[in-house]
Amino acid sequence: MATDSATDFTLDSAAALAADEHGAIEGRSPWLLAWRRLRRNYVALAALALFIVIVVTCALAGPYAKHVAKTGPNVGHLGETFTRDGQQVQVVSKGGFVNGKFIAGGIPVGPQLWHAGGRYVFGADQQGRDVAVRLLYGGLNSLKIGIGSAIVCMVFALVLALLSGYYGGWVDWVISRVFDLIWAFPVLLLAIALGTALAINGFHHFGINIEGGSLWIPVIVISFVLIPYVARPLRGQILSLREKEFIEAAQAQGASPLRVMFAELLPNVASSFLVFFALMIANNILTESGLSFLGAGVQPPNPSWGTLIDDGSDRLVTAPWLTIIPGIAIVLTVLSLNIFGDGLRDALDPRAKVRIER
Amino acid sequence: MLAFLIRRLIGAFLVLIAVSFITYLIFIKIPGGDPAPRIAGRTATEANIQDIREKLHLNDPFYSQYWAMMKSLFTGSLTSYSSQLNVVEQIKSGIPATFSLCIGAGAIWLFFGILVGLISAVKAGQWSDSVITVFALIGISLPVFWLGLMSRYVFAEDHPFSFLPDGEYVPLTQNPWQWFTHLLMPWLVLAVLFIGFYGRVLRSNILDTINEDYVRTAKAKGLPYRGVLVRHVLRNSLIPIVTLFGLDFAAVIGGSAILTETVFDLKGVGWYAAQAVQDLDLPPIMGVTIYATFFIVLFSVVVDLLYALLDPRIRPT
Repeated sequence: MATDSATDFTLDSAAALAADEHGAIEGRSPWLLAWRRLRRNYVALAALALFIVIVVTCALAGPYAKHVAKTGPNVGHLGETFTRDGQQVQVVSKGGFVNGKFIAGGIPVGPQLWHAGGRYVFGADQQGRDVAVRLLYGGLNSLKIGIGSAIVCMVFALVLALLSGYYGGWVDWVISRVFDLIWAFPVLLLAIALGTALAINGFHHFGINIEGGSLWIPVIVISFVLIPYVARPLRGQILSLREKEFIEAAQAQGASPLRVMFAELLPNVASSFLVFFALMIANNILTESGLSFLGAGVQPPNPSWGTLIDDGSDRLVTAPWLTIIPGIAIVLTVLSLNIFGDGLRDALDPRAKVRIER
Repeated sequence: MLAFLIRRLIGAFLVLIAVSFITYLIFIKIPGGDPAPRIAGRTATEANIQDIREKLHLNDPFYSQYWAMMKSLFTGSLTSYSSQLNVVEQIKSGIPATFSLCIGAGAIWLFFGILVGLISAVKAGQWSDSVITVFALIGISLPVFWLGLMSRYVFAEDHPFSFLPDGEYVPLTQNPWQWFTHLLMPWLVLAVLFIGFYGRVLRSNILDTINEDYVRTAKAKGLPYRGVLVRHVLRNSLIPIVTLFGLDFAAVIGGSAILTETVFDLKGVGWYAAQAVQDLDLPPIMGVTIYATFFIVLFSVVVDLLYALLDPRIRPT
């Protein structure tokens, strides 16, 4: 979003664009044109489809646990057995020799795929819990936090950027200094410190009551530390838009500040906003997994993809699937959002240059 | 220029104070932040807890507690609540590992980031650009700690394709070769994310610059294409990368390498911070936060100065 809008839009590039669209852009809304460009980008559409599939699969965590795996996300099956191809198998076997090395403690059973009638599709963990069930529930939590924190962060960033860019003066000064301050903090350190402190007893101030294990804590922590990263570029765009004639025209017609902000300025930053939003969800899922990995995000026994990796990390040699599977889930989700966000940016910015002319 | 520098330094100082104060508030004012019951342990009586409160001056008004903590931090006598070790000493002992990790990774990600960006911009629209773009996006999408765990699983000792030692830091002065082999994996893992990101940013910068008039002029007067690309286009496209690198480098030096250090058991500053946060041990957290903010603020001043040096159109005001 580095390039300034409108100013470098010359007649030449407009003509080139029109030619590119086979003359069919006349009288069409920019959104329709963007959709047309996006529709041709099969990679981006496939990425969006993948993301939707992941969301839907995770949303089916409850029915899957109940009807297929027949267990809950936090139900341990230590000392129990199950049937695999007609044989009884221990969920967590006693310690012994694996590849010639002695392993103390239990070794959970590996991925069964469909050999156990839907149970332990992705194996079990040290406590005999079904990894596939925890993966889906964990995915639900990770997605909730990723999407939730992206929404909270974007809304706050947008409002602050609008206020800051529209009013300027001391309002802008105060908001910008607060951003400077959050910016100067080491982001991950601040998030971990806040997350850990809040996870102990929750937050009970100003009439807001949040319990220690609540998912709202990682949502608030992540959105708080990332607000300046979104608000600063948006503020820059609004500052330059504010000097344009259409704002003056709206004000001359007697439009209230709120109207100018939300009906005139907002639609002009909407495309950056959308792109930011997709990339923000991806980034926040990554941040959540990092926080949870360090114990400052989702609190056990509640699963998330980050906590699943954390649980599995000290079993890397004997039970690698505990680490590998949730990691693949994170990568697929984040990658699908990044590819889609990239395609969305290209579609929404008609001046995006795709090739060099020699 | 001098006025700019002085103003920036005063601003930096104010930011340091504000950051330390906010960190302090987070840990003292948030319920559960009270260290006394934790130090006293599970079986402590109310009298024990009161005793510890008295000893740590936790009953004083909080501004005087804050002042006492800052004073002991800058005189180097601040000790941790839980381990009673000197915080400044601990941070100092973590610096070699953190700096080795960050400088090595920084060199790798800068070099490969520029290479990736340059190649994908020159080949923009061709299949090699698409392949690089996909790899860059995968790099951006990998959780660094997972990548670290996976590379340990696959390449480190006792694992399938073992040829590298598994984690831990060996001081450079003790054994340079061991230092190198122990750090190789952490360097690459930490660099992967940035390579993808820098490659993407540089690619779009180059594509923006390449249509400028002065590039057309250079080409028109018959300069070789390669020379124009390096001397005119790349040089100008790299200016935003300088800013990015300065700030990212400051962030990793300042503890953003927490995840990498934790995964590879490198006992650096980030690792120390992670331990302290797990114990809710305020003094080390204060120490590391001040240390990290110092680097972030320092590098942002350096970046502004460099920017003015590289781009004569920008004058610091």
